[in-house]
Amino acid sequence: MSAVVHAALAGGTQTSGAEEALFWVLAPVMVLAAFGLLFARKAVHAALSLIVVMISLAFMYVAQGAVFLGVVQVVVYTGAIMMLFLFVLMLVGVGSSDSLVETIRGQRWAGWLAGLGLAAVLAGVLGTALYPDPVGLDEANAPTNPEGVARVIFSQHVFAMEVVGALLVTAALGALVLTHRRRLTPKRGQRELADLRVEGGHHLAPLPAPGVYARHNAMDVPALDPYGDPIESSVPRVLRVRGQEADAAEYAARIDRVLAGRSAKGDATNPPPAADPAGQPVNAPDIADAVAGVDLEGDGK
Amino acid sequence: MLAAAVAPGGADFSNDTWWLWVIKAVVIIVFLLTSVLFAIWFERKVVARMQVRPGPNVHGPFGLLQSLADAMKLLFKEDMTVTAADKIVYVVAPMIAVFCSLLTFAVIPLGPSVNLFGHETPLQLTDFPVAVLYILACASVGVYGIVLGGWASNSTYPLLGSVRSTAQVISYELAMGLSLVSVFLLAGSMSTSQIVSSQHTIWWVLPLLPAFVIYVISMVGETNRLPFDLPEAEGELVSGYMTEYSSMKFAWFFLAEYINMLNVSAVATTLFLGGWRAPWPISAINDGMFNTGWWPVLWFLVKLWAVMFFFVWVRGSVLRFRYDQFMNIGWKRLIPAALVWVVLVALVQGLRTFWHIDRTALFVVAGVLGLFVVVSLLIPEKKKPVAPPPAGPQVFDPFAGGYPVPPMPGQVLPPSPRAQRRADAALVGSTTSEVPDTTTTEPEVHGG
Repeated sequence: MSAVVHAALAGGTQTSGAEEALFWVLAPVMVLAAFGLLFARKAVHAALSLIVVMISLAFMYVAQGAVFLGVVQVVVYTGAIMMLFLFVLMLVGVGSSDSLVETIRGQRWAGWLAGLGLAAVLAGVLGTALYPDPVGLDEANAPTNPEGVARVIFSQHVFAMEVVGALLVTAALGALVLTHRRRLTPKRGQRELADLRVEGGHHLAPLPAPGVYARHNAMDVPALDPYGDPIESSVPRVLRVRGQEADAAEYAARIDRVLAGRSAKGDATNPPPAADPAGQPVNAPDIADAVAGVDLEGDGK
Repeated sequence: MLAAAVAPGGADFSNDTWWLWVIKAVVIIVFLLTSVLFAIWFERKVVARMQVRPGPNVHGPFGLLQSLADAMKLLFKEDMTVTAADKIVYVVAPMIAVFCSLLTFAVIPLGPSVNLFGHETPLQLTDFPVAVLYILACASVGVYGIVLGGWASNSTYPLLGSVRSTAQVISYELAMGLSLVSVFLLAGSMSTSQIVSSQHTIWWVLPLLPAFVIYVISMVGETNRLPFDLPEAEGELVSGYMTEYSSMKFAWFFLAEYINMLNVSAVATTLFLGGWRAPWPISAINDGMFNTGWWPVLWFLVKLWAVMFFFVWVRGSVLRFRYDQFMNIGWKRLIPAALVWVVLVALVQGLRTFWHIDRTALFVVAGVLGLFVVVSLLIPEKKKPVAPPPAGPQVFDPFAGGYPVPPMPGQVLPPSPRAQRRADAALVGSTTSEVPDTTTTEPEVHGG
């Protein structure tokens, strides 16, 4: 099909060698990107392929003398609209890809049929259409392309332009009205939230970090307060809920043992800390081994 | 073909040959890369002077080679690729950022026509009727680098940074584009060389001061610089979209950010500050001698670095905005202000063009309106009666509103229990003539 388009371009008097070269560079890129749009598993990759097609299309417009259209294509479509699309798609995350499970019965076959039909129609039209030499480009672009576009839009098509403008304003207003929500309660700003926190008697300062004053700073080891007692709230709530918190009493006992000049590793009567049996195994035994390997006492054992 | 379409007043590229294009393109790239090295040194040095410390001063004269050393260090660092990243996008993103930032200077006029190797050629790679729109397009594609880099890293902080960057760019590009529209209206063109030649009598910064202010604010937002550096706010997001990048890939983001600063400064210079035109007293010397030949490159660079200095100055003095405040400024202040200004400028231009109202009449109308505003400001407002402060000493609540607070004026502190104890002790000491035992006094209760 691209050969037909190429013939159309080459048949015109306007096509220069540079334009032809540009076409043969851009056309394969665009076709590949268009296939990428169809076959990409991830939504963001599909969006990126579409961006490549759009930018290549802008180059084509510029090469054909429609400078204003080409640049506006990039500013509006690539810069604003696709960016908004991407904004939503990004929130899906890198790891996820589209589900390929057919949700509507026979959808795939219908899609193939419709696609083949469109291809047949396009091939028929492009193959049989006549392409006379393009005329009037220089007159249309005199004195400059943006002025020519402006003259056409604001004289011949000014009514259509105004109608579209009114439609867009209505749509914007509609979006505002539909998303507007009356505020039922007074707005809570930074100050009100701070006051609430004080009045509620919550912990005002940041929570203690795990491992503070303890001998291990792993996430599952509770911090110790100045009296040597473990602080429950220092371990992230997720670990506590899962039962992956290390045994604080054991860690406190280890400190006592080290202070008493013995090995940190527990003996048979005092085994290393174990997690809740329902939860995942914690890494505490490894730590105990590692600690035992390091010569903490300094007596060369 | 495109250059020939530029109307008279713009640059004439008809004498250019292919090797002139190559020379200009290479010179622009080299200029940008060396300017970035200089800009990093410049920023560190100026911020250091503002914070009363010397700044980089070890490598080379005045520490000028410091950024070269930093660049070498970045080059030789380990180039890590995050395992969970989307590999292709992760690698392509910094390239997009840097390539798009290199495109803008192609249409920036660095000077008028000069004689280069026997060819009369303007000091500008190219120009076309929509050159300023082309600059906006390059900027908006360049943002994809930031957005995709943050997404492809597959990490929380980069994703937050890139989401912020998307919202920021969409919001601030509107205000930026609207502020440029008034320049188009007055200059009658979107080609950079024609905009510069339209500032023959007056630089657009003076008649279009509100548009210039809006442009300056939105250009800081567009380049992710303090106080608008929310996509890479180091206090909140480690370093935002480039957290997971190292070595050259990080360096490319860094390069793109600084080239973008140069780009927006060059656009501000070209559109508002007269481009390569000499400032007024100099431009009058010897019938405009300093506006010809190679002199204008000097004026262009001086203006460019003045805007760059402004960037650094703002960074050194203004705090980062909170995200909601930043969005409020963009949508509720800048865009409405820019819209109103565009309508005003269009109105005035329409009156001048279609009703042939001459400038003096417009100035008279504007003066009358301005006088009206000034007079209305002078009329004193009806003052609300202020409630007199309650007389006499008031009770002091040390925890008013839940916080420990000092006494307000007029409030009296309650008598100190310590003073009472001291008085008692003195009384006991005087009656029994014993030295009061200070160790037995009750321990004071500190709050908590």
